[in-house]
This record gives sequence, C-alpha cells and structure tokens, in this order.
Amino acid sequence: MIVINIEKKMRTYAGHQVLKVDNWIETGTITKITGPSGSGKTTLLKIIAGLVQPEKGKISFNGQVWLDTVQKHNLKPQKRNVGFVFQNYALFPNMTVLQHLQYATADAAWIERLLHFGKLETLTKHKPEFLSGGQQQRLAILRALAIKPQLLLMDEPFSALDYDMRSELINDLGKLIKELNATCLIVSHNPNEVEHIATNMIKIA
Amino acid sequence: MDWSPIWLTLKLAATTTSILLLIGLPLAWWLSRGKSVLKTIIDAFITMPLVLPPSVLGFYLLLALSPQHGLGYWLSHKFNIQFVFSFPGLVLASVIYSMPFMIGPIKSALQQLPLSLSHASYTLGKSETETFRKVLLPNIRPSLLTAIVLTFAHTLGEFGVVLMIGGNIPGVTRVASIAIYDAVENMDYAAANNYSLILFALTFIIVIAVFIFNKHSAKSPLE
Repeated sequence: MIVINIEKKMRTYAGHQVLKVDNWIETGTITKITGPSGSGKTTLLKIIAGLVQPEKGKISFNGQVWLDTVQKHNLKPQKRNVGFVFQNYALFPNMTVLQHLQYATADAAWIERLLHFGKLETLTKHKPEFLSGGQQQRLAILRALAIKPQLLLMDEPFSALDYDMRSELINDLGKLIKELNATCLIVSHNPNEVEHIATNMIKIA
Repeated sequence: MDWSPIWLTLKLAATTTSILLLIGLPLAWWLSRGKSVLKTIIDAFITMPLVLPPSVLGFYLLLALSPQHGLGYWLSHKFNIQFVFSFPGLVLASVIYSMPFMIGPIKSALQQLPLSLSHASYTLGKSETETFRKVLLPNIRPSLLTAIVLTFAHTLGEFGVVLMIGGNIPGVTRVASIAIYDAVENMDYAAANNYSLILFALTFIIVIAVFIFNKHSAKSPLE
C-alpha cells in the first residue's frame, strides 16, 4: 500500500496555493490522477518520486518510509525504484534509442522486448531529434519501464500518440504493468483515455 | 628569433587551461544548481577579473605571494614554494584571471539544460556524478569547447597580471605578450612583429577551429 499525506506550497500566477494530498493506493493497481491545470498533479508525481520535497508530509510504500518531514527522512530518488515518464519526455539528446535503454538496464532481452512493445525496433540508432513526437513519447515510456519499476509515474504519457497507437499501447501497457506487478499513477487530462485500465482515481482540486 | 617566449606562452596557456578544466567543471556544476548567498559571493569573485584591471589583480597577488610577508612568507618557509617571479606564479595568476572564461560558458550551458534531464537520470538509479558525466556533460559539448578555447586564447594574450607577478625573466616568465612590449621598448619592431604575427595567427586558427567544430550548434564562438 502507498500512503501519501503531503502538503506543498506552490507558486502560481495568482499567488501561492497549497497542494494537499491525503490518500492511500493499493499496490499493483493503476490509478488515474485528474485535476485542473496548475492544480499540482505533476508536483505530486515529483514528490512521490523524491524529486521535489514538500514542506510537510509522509510517504510510505509497502511499509517502507520514503519521506517523513518530521523525522527529516527523505529517501533518494535513486533508491525508490520509481519509473517516471515526464510530460516533456526528458530524453537525453546525446543518446540513441538503444543507448537510452542501455543506460537504464543491462538486461538485453528485456530491452529487446521493450523495443518490440514500443515499436521502436527499427529506430534503435536514432537520437531523439530524429524521432517524431509519438516516437519520443514511446521511448520515454520504455525508458521508465526499463528499470522494472515497482512504481510507475506517468505524466500525460499518451498525449502525442495517434488514436490507434494510443489504444494499442494502453492495452499492452496494462498487461505489462500487471506482469511487473507494478503500481501505476497516470496523470491524464483526457476523460476516457485510461478509464478501462485504471481501477482508482485521485482528483486534485 | 628567440622562440622561448612563444613556447612559454603555449606552456602557460596549456597548463592554465588544464587546471581550470579540472577546477571549472565541478565548480560550474555546483554554481549552476540553485541559489545561495555563498554561491552569489563566489560567483562574483570568479567574475571580477572580467572587469578588474589586470594590474590591480597582479598587484594584490604580488602583495599576497611576496615571500616577505603573509601567505607568501608561509609558503616560502614551510614548503619552499616561491610564486613571485616564477612560472608557478604565472600559472596561479592566469588561473585566477582566466577563471570566468572557463566557468561562465559551462555554468550557463548547464543552467540552460532542462532540470528534467537530471531528474530522469536519478529515477533510473544513477548518481549525481554519473548523471553529470553521462548526461549533462555530453549535452554541453559545444559550450565546453568554447570555454576551453576562450581560456586558452585569453591566457595567450595576458599581459598586465603576468608582468606584475612574473616580471620579465627570459625563459622563466617572459611570455610572448611581454616579449612584444619589450621589443617595442627597445625599438626592435621586427621582433615585435614576429611575435605579434605568431599570436595573431594562433588566435585566428583557434577561433576558426571553434567555428568549424561548433557549426551545427553555435553561431559565434562566444555562444
């Protein structure tokens, strides 16, 4: 079970606002996170990954405390085994498709499977600048999956994909997440995008 | 023609650039990450040689490193190291004087990289050092080259600060820029012209090389 109880001040155009989340999520499930723009969805994912620290709060994963601001404990992102799909993809311009995956894992068979899953087998030697938006987004998903994460955080991960590719990828992703026994949190604006694979929903006001 | 000032200049430029590369990479990385009062003060000290007259810097270095008092006395008596009127003194002065040319472009390039690149690497389990080596550094290659070349070229042309700390000792501290000044003082325009022409050609070749190397990513070697 993931227990999240955090408070984070955020600066917005309209001044300051406070992101408050008090929720628990069953492990092995897929949860959709919704909310209006600027409500703090991305910040929440970054807090869970350990990339941003809240002023107050506690996060634990299956009993292991990741963050406890009272105890001044904050487990490094490197130690959390969290896959993160960034909204801007955050691909490394100096690396090819294959190098991205090799940077994340040394498991050649897993890399091959991921490339097949993301339909990028023929583009292994391409750097991000030579990939389309959809291909870049798929690579970002594959890179996050490459570490076989216990928790997968995805920030608008399907926004650049066409309808057919999106439907196929979401279905396959659901199976892969189940196979990895990973927990998945997906930020999405699209109301129908992950409805059929997501079992829970968190709405951020 | 006496080639020793040219060789000494090249040796000084290469030594200074190598030392600054070693110091500059971690320092620029540290400065590029977040803000603090300490960082602002250190940044200001590093940038000061850009606007400070070289003679002012040279004068204070001369005072500080003079074997008669203070730091210079301590270094001289404790470790038998003499910086004034010696090649190590020239290197130290050049390192301080050229530091903004190494740190500036690297820091600026690192600040322009999206933070999400480092974040993505951390979530893949990579340490900050590995992230710097394998993700950040390869993506600031043009700026790194610019920093190296600017530092090297700037050291080639140093005059005031090296004259103050090193004087004009042939084969020891007499670099090309001082040899030109010396030749002009002695009305030996032919020698001054030879040294000037060599420095002119060297600088031109270096700038052209950067233009060619960075043709895809930079419009000017200063970018």
